Amino acid sequence: METVLQHYAPVAMSKVSVWFKACRAMDIPENGGACIKYKNKQIAIYNFKRKQKWYACQNLCPHKMEMVLSRGMIGDTDGIAKVACPMHKKTFSLETGENLNGDLPSIATFPVKVENGFVYIGFSE
Amino acid sequence: METVIVVGNGMVGHKFCEDFRAHPASSAYRLLVFGEEPRPAYDRVHLSAYFEDQDAKALELAPASWYNENAIELITGERVTDIKSDKKEVHTASGATYTYDHLVLATGSVPFVPPIPGVEKEGIFVYRTIEDLEAMMAYAARIKTIKPNGRAAILGGGLLGLEAGKAVLDMGLEPHVVEFAPKLMPRQLDTRSSNVLKLKLESMGIRIHLGKATNQILGNGIIEALEFGEDDCLNVDMLIISAGIRPRDELGRTCGLETGTRGGIVVNNRMQTSSKDIYAIGEVALYNQLIYGLVAPGYEMANVAVNQILGNKEVVMPNDIDMSTKLKLIGVDVASFGTPYMPADKGLSVIFENKTKFLYKRINVSHDGKTLLGGILVGDAEDYNILHQMYLNGIALPENAEELIVGTRGEGGSAFGSAMDLPDAAQICSCERVSKGKICGSLMEGQCGSLKDVIGLTKATSGCGGCKPMVVELVNETLKSMGKEVKDVICEHFEYTRQELYGVIKVKKIKTYDEALDSCGKGDGCEVCKPVVASIFASIYNDTANKEDVIQDSNDRFLANIQRNGTYSVVPRVPAGEITPEKLIVLGNVAKKYGLYTKITGGQRIDLFGAQLNDLPAIWKELIDAGFESGHAYGKALRTVKSCVGSTWCRFGMDESVSFAIELEERYKGLRSPHKLKGGVSGCIRECAEARGKDFGVIAVEGGWNLYVCGNGGATPKHAQLLAEQIDNETVIKYLDRFLMYYIRTAAPLMRTATWLEKLEGGMAQLRKIVVEDSLGLAEQLESEMQDLVDRYECEWKQAVENEEIKKRFKHFVNTDDRDDNLVFVPMREQKMPEAWNN
Ligand code: SRM
Ligand SMILES: Cc1cc2nc3c(=O)[nH]c(=O)nc-3n(C[C@H](O)[C@H](O)[C@H](O)COP(=O)(O)OP(=O)(O)OC[C@H]3O[C@@H](n4cnc5c(N)ncnc54)[C@H](O)[C@@H]3O)c2cc1C
Ligand code: SF4
Ligand code: FES
Repeated sequence: METVLQHYAPVAMSKVSVWFKACRAMDIPENGGACIKYKNKQIAIYNFKRKQKWYACQNLCPHKMEMVLSRGMIGDTDGIAKVACPMHKKTFSLETGENLNGDLPSIATFPVKVENGFVYIGFSE
Repeated sequence: METVIVVGNGMVGHKFCEDFRAHPASSAYRLLVFGEEPRPAYDRVHLSAYFEDQDAKALELAPASWYNENAIELITGERVTDIKSDKKEVHTASGATYTYDHLVLATGSVPFVPPIPGVEKEGIFVYRTIEDLEAMMAYAARIKTIKPNGRAAILGGGLLGLEAGKAVLDMGLEPHVVEFAPKLMPRQLDTRSSNVLKLKLESMGIRIHLGKATNQILGNGIIEALEFGEDDCLNVDMLIISAGIRPRDELGRTCGLETGTRGGIVVNNRMQTSSKDIYAIGEVALYNQLIYGLVAPGYEMANVAVNQILGNKEVVMPNDIDMSTKLKLIGVDVASFGTPYMPADKGLSVIFENKTKFLYKRINVSHDGKTLLGGILVGDAEDYNILHQMYLNGIALPENAEELIVGTRGEGGSAFGSAMDLPDAAQICSCERVSKGKICGSLMEGQCGSLKDVIGLTKATSGCGGCKPMVVELVNETLKSMGKEVKDVICEHFEYTRQELYGVIKVKKIKTYDEALDSCGKGDGCEVCKPVVASIFASIYNDTANKEDVIQDSNDRFLANIQRNGTYSVVPRVPAGEITPEKLIVLGNVAKKYGLYTKITGGQRIDLFGAQLNDLPAIWKELIDAGFESGHAYGKALRTVKSCVGSTWCRFGMDESVSFAIELEERYKGLRSPHKLKGGVSGCIRECAEARGKDFGVIAVEGGWNLYVCGNGGATPKHAQLLAEQIDNETVIKYLDRFLMYYIRTAAPLMRTATWLEKLEGGMAQLRKIVVEDSLGLAEQLESEMQDLVDRYECEWKQAVENEEIKKRFKHFVNTDDRDDNLVFVPMREQKMPEAWNN
């Protein structure tokens, strides 16, 4: 299972070579998340309406290697946007991917843009 | 103006700068610092974090601008090559010369590379700097592209070697730790704890080879194998050497400073070397004939040197250095403190071992049983902080010392007492040297008003973080003792208790989460307050969880309990456990059709496990068509009302317990509350329905029902207590309406009725007054609120399967109909189960 984790490396905005047209904006609930598939990757997308921001990260929770983060609740702590895993409520920064309430490995985050009602995720491959 | 020059900008050199500039007298000095590494000092202790995020900034001890702001001239990327102590000069690699009045050597150490033949081959690394890590990661990535099952060995099974082992695992290679000694962490562990740790590490996928001396490294230019003896080889693609450290004392040698036979610059308890005005601190300093490979003693040395230079000559290094350690980051707790192991004539040991759980705990106690000499914890180091403190402060042991590790805990009293019992001088945060007195004092003197303030002022918890639980306890207890209410506010977004927020939402008629945040909260919410607000809405308006699904706890959002592998369980309501053969057949057929694991639950109904998100609506459609409803097994809501068969069949039955249980379950089904609610109805005092183990229990007696409330099974079982005797069905319902509604209004989030009653002022007598005698004059209101909720009940699964918009929620991917390909099931007797978690 450990190897699944290696499919996910964060992509910086400057490294984006593909903008994948992932779904319609309306497919992602406001202030919540859903999951999309890109090649062999599962990516969680969140429409953080209150912050007027979109976020994307790996769907895989590094705690028990389950594909569940898109089903977690989002929110903030000291202003940092975060998602809480539905399994055991480990929380991760949606900005940096860092595990905020433990010392789990960070999750990979991806650039997102929304154009003409579609959501695009930036990948480097 | 006198000049202080510091050579080395590592952790200890940096701490020297901090401590120096924190001292008012230091403004009369010029402070000049040289660092050989390309960047300012960083947190080497947490170096392994770099594997995860490659974020060097996150490791910085202070931003580069900090040096400027504190009048510190930092020159990075510059090595000092020579000291001319007679002229008080230092020379650098770039050819510059500087003069000092006081010189501080904080040059640290380098990894020791044993002279094994072949050690110069490609693919061999050490583990000390960010650059080392970068090189390792690049190499590991290369191996992975050419070889799927690459292996890396770690030479050395000490503290650092194990950390490297975990790093290798995270890099996706197979780790093999090779240790010369017959046990792991030889300095800190005894043989038995090493065995337990070995088992645990192997279960995580880290292979351990003990008692192996590496004779040779094989390979043609590139490492291919380690050779231990004839016919004893380990094929590897990479090697990380972690075989101890060697102090960087070469500068000392250039000016004839006294050094130890195995290296290190000799210092006295003032951190002075053999040459006047030259100090040595950190991992280069040989104090009491030892090099301490830990930051805490290094920080203390920095503080001593600062004070010596600034004239506070009485500040010296203590004789005994605490070498207690807690391993971090490797996914298993390991800690040792004091004298971890020793011969029996020095003291006696209490040892607890459970290999099935990878647990080992040992404490060593003096012969008179009064003092703690040291110990080892593997598998569970939660009590490390407090044990460590007991050891450091010589606190008297409880009569039964074994309670410290096997404990009577969980049954109320802790064997330890509280952190408040420690003496003021007790050092709570050893990284930042913060005492209990300082933490509590800062609150009592009004400098600080919260945990955040205390951390800001003292820096406690900002090092290794291990002391956090104690700091939190000290802050809370001190605030409480000062009469400051440590209010159980919901979270950072709502400065209210649940009861207060319930009131505000009701009065202001707030109906959406955003409205709640905007009108009485702040920020953007979180996983704590969202479900609380959702539950309050449900208790006031009885909206189902479909209304604002994104603020529901994940189980409520998907109207099912998430399982170990991300699939869900399906639990239809079977009121009171009574079910027809036809319905049983439907459950069986649905389970077969969708490949679900079935089990009779402890709540007298049937659970179908392993349903995929995509299948939930179809499954529920079939169940609903057959007359089932949601069982709310996922909600903080009424679960079941258990029954016994009662006078319907039972020869002892005093009343129809099944009928009444059905009536109660039908009445309160879907009722959301601060925590889950369960009921039971027994037909006589033999109590086969275990009604007194429930939040409400009804037992048939001569002349009516006895009503009991606030019972609990689970972690802290409590029998429900008698609320009223010999009452009829209608009165039971009337009292239950009042009781449940009052609980719903006033309980804290996730507080079951039993704990709620414990906290209720006046206890059961008071509750009886409110519910039975209506002492608050609330009865009518409570009853009508409940009736309103009952009238508005709707099955949320029915809503979901009938509404295309809601159905969309139940898709694993929104951009394809593919299913989650990460799911793995394994056979289990004649059914199936999720593959076990391996971490
Ligand atoms: C399925 C079942 C076990 C079984 O196979 O029999 C079960 C399964 C779970 N129980 Fe339970 N409990 C089940 C009966 C019980 C009982 C027995 C009873 O109700 O008579 C108890 C003790 C009685 C009580 O609650 O006081 C019980 C006490 C708990 C507790 C401890 C509560 C406490 O106050 O200490 C938890 C944890 C919690 O709720 O925080 C819990 C939590 C759970 C959770 C929800 C854990 C979780 O969050 O995943 C399990 C969910 C399984 C699932 O996904 O469906 N379960 N659980 C039973 C379902 C009953 C039902 O039909 O709804
Ligand atoms: C991976 C890892 C994990 C660790 N985990 C822990 C832990 O959990 N707990 C713990 O207590 N300790 C831990 N340690 C040990 C801890 O990091 C060291 O004790 C601490 O860093 C020592 O500080 P120092 O300043 O003496 O040496 P260093 O941090 O090594 O700093 C010395 C600096 O001086 C520079 N320097 C040397 N010579 C010269 C010169 N001639 N001119 C200019 N600059 C020079 C070096 O480049 C270096 O930057 C760990 C170490 C590592 C590598
Ligand atoms: S007892 Fe524990 S393991 Fe068993 S079902 Fe309940 S929560 Fe799960
Ligand atoms: S699986 Fe995500 S928190 Fe445990």
